[in-house]
Amino acid sequence: MALPDELEALNKAFSGHGIHEQTLISILGKWHPEQRKSFRKGNPNLFIEDERNFERWDDHHVRLLKHEFMRFKNAVVLWTMHPWERDARLAKEALKKGPQSYGIIIEIACTRSAEELLGARRAYHSLFDQSMEEDVAQHINGCERKLLVALVSAYRYEGSKLRDDAAKSEAKTLFDAITNDKPIEDDEVIRILTTRSKPHLQAIYKHYKEISGMNIEEDLDADLRLKETVQCLCTPQQYFSQVLDMALQKDVDKSTKKALTRVIVTRADTDMKEIKDDYHNQHGVSLSKKIEDTAHGNYKDFLLTLIARGG
Amino acid sequence: MATLISPDQFSPVEDAEALQKACKGWGTDEKAIIKILGHRNATQRKQIRQAYEELYEEDLVKRLENELSGDFEKAVYRWILDPADRDAVLANVAVRKAESNYHVIIEISCILSPEELLVVRRAYQSRYKRSLEEDVAAHTTGDLRQLLVALVSAYRYDGHEVNERLAKSEADILHDAIKDKAFNHEEVTRILSTRSKTQLRAIFNRYKDEHDTSITKNLSGDPHSDLQKALRTAIRCINDPKKYFEKLVRNAIKGVGTDEEALTRVIVTRAERDLNGIKELYYQRNSVSLDHAVAKETSGDYKAFLLTLLGKED
Repeated sequence: MALPDELEALNKAFSGHGIHEQTLISILGKWHPEQRKSFRKGNPNLFIEDERNFERWDDHHVRLLKHEFMRFKNAVVLWTMHPWERDARLAKEALKKGPQSYGIIIEIACTRSAEELLGARRAYHSLFDQSMEEDVAQHINGCERKLLVALVSAYRYEGSKLRDDAAKSEAKTLFDAITNDKPIEDDEVIRILTTRSKPHLQAIYKHYKEISGMNIEEDLDADLRLKETVQCLCTPQQYFSQVLDMALQKDVDKSTKKALTRVIVTRADTDMKEIKDDYHNQHGVSLSKKIEDTAHGNYKDFLLTLIARGG
Repeated sequence: MATLISPDQFSPVEDAEALQKACKGWGTDEKAIIKILGHRNATQRKQIRQAYEELYEEDLVKRLENELSGDFEKAVYRWILDPADRDAVLANVAVRKAESNYHVIIEISCILSPEELLVVRRAYQSRYKRSLEEDVAAHTTGDLRQLLVALVSAYRYDGHEVNERLAKSEADILHDAIKDKAFNHEEVTRILSTRSKTQLRAIFNRYKDEHDTSITKNLSGDPHSDLQKALRTAIRCINDPKKYFEKLVRNAIKGVGTDEEALTRVIVTRAERDLNGIKELYYQRNSVSLDHAVAKETSGDYKAFLLTLLGKED
């Protein structure tokens, strides 16, 4: 008979992010056939009683398990990949998955440096025999298309020179557009967000708060794409910290869960420290502790190692 | 093929000294300037600038700007810059004049290779501390803005594959958009600004096969429409740059007066690329050589300089 502690440990080993390999080895590996049978009988969510008198693995759960086992492998592959290939593949995958993943395209276009984004576009040529903007334009329609194509095509000036008077008037333009509803259909909004340099946009961010009293992303609650765009351009660490928080909740869907690997692998060399700080400020617990509690096994160790680099 | 005649061996220091001699004192020896600079390629000109700076602690470009004047000065100024820097300057001039000079922006974004366009964008940022698309967007509006920003931001796939099925379907999309007079149709901008050049040429050919007229002819309905004109320019530049330049230079020369801005631009920007091909086309079309036409329509140092770049032997 399987001990209740062991059962609990085993169930825990299968849930959350990744697999606790050690538990599977030390508990499951030791069980006799009767113990395994009683495990199967005692877990109707994992095993169905088949009409021909045996307990059958539920297909859906086997698939889920497969994803969990693959989490470590995917993280390793993504980590070792050239950043250009990585971003190109992430963008393509997001495009194929559809609207719920388009935020990833915005993330890549807006949080990478001008040269990094260019590199991703080059890799896209090699990997998919077409340009990133071509593919995005072909698969997305309407106002979202205009925004996303312009974002992935941007090659922003990265110097610090900016005209504060222009920033101030553009902050006003944005405020008026947001107040008048449907800002994503406004050409000026698109122009400002997709062509201005990041330092210029930071200046706009400040002026906007003076005009509105609120931060611009707070006023954009009604427009998810624009909100993500502004967050990624102006407050990326906060954005990433939020994405991580969502990914680390219990019972989230597959795509949200995947964000954990994506964010940590893509930011470990860049601004992971600032993201960790923001996470701690927002949630009162360190990111490492949260990952320690939520993820398992090799996957967990790998993530913790990545975020520990650089302090 | 290029028309520029330049020596394999040369001495940047000697050239710098000769140029300094040509500029110092009262008056300027324009012939000497033409003789040297008119026979140096981009790499050589860069070395001469460096040598001049080291010898005289002065920017040769600024010196020439002060010494020369008129159309000759404009031509020499454009000639002596690095090609990418030159295009950045031309783009900036065009942007500031905006709606009337957008064809220069279309030329640059549609004729250059994807990598060359990228180098121009970097040169633009370096010189003006803003991105090219930022400036184009800020100085244009509406449909024209959509098209121009998309064209300058493109980083087209440079492969030679053609998807025939896609060529047909997109030729149909273009045809429908033009028929409905919906030139601001997002699909037109999408196709023209994102597809690879090889794919676009296939689309234009397919268009002609299916509808018996070229796409540019179908876009000639409204002589006052800037957008139609821009679309035609983009299509011509993508389809056949030499033919586009031949027409540009022909229009610059013919009739009363000469469009020196356009004439200089074509000769200076193409002398090291395909000016010879443009000359051949010009001769075929007009039964007179381009050299002859330029000699007739221009004068003085400006004329001498242009003819040198056109490959005139000393």
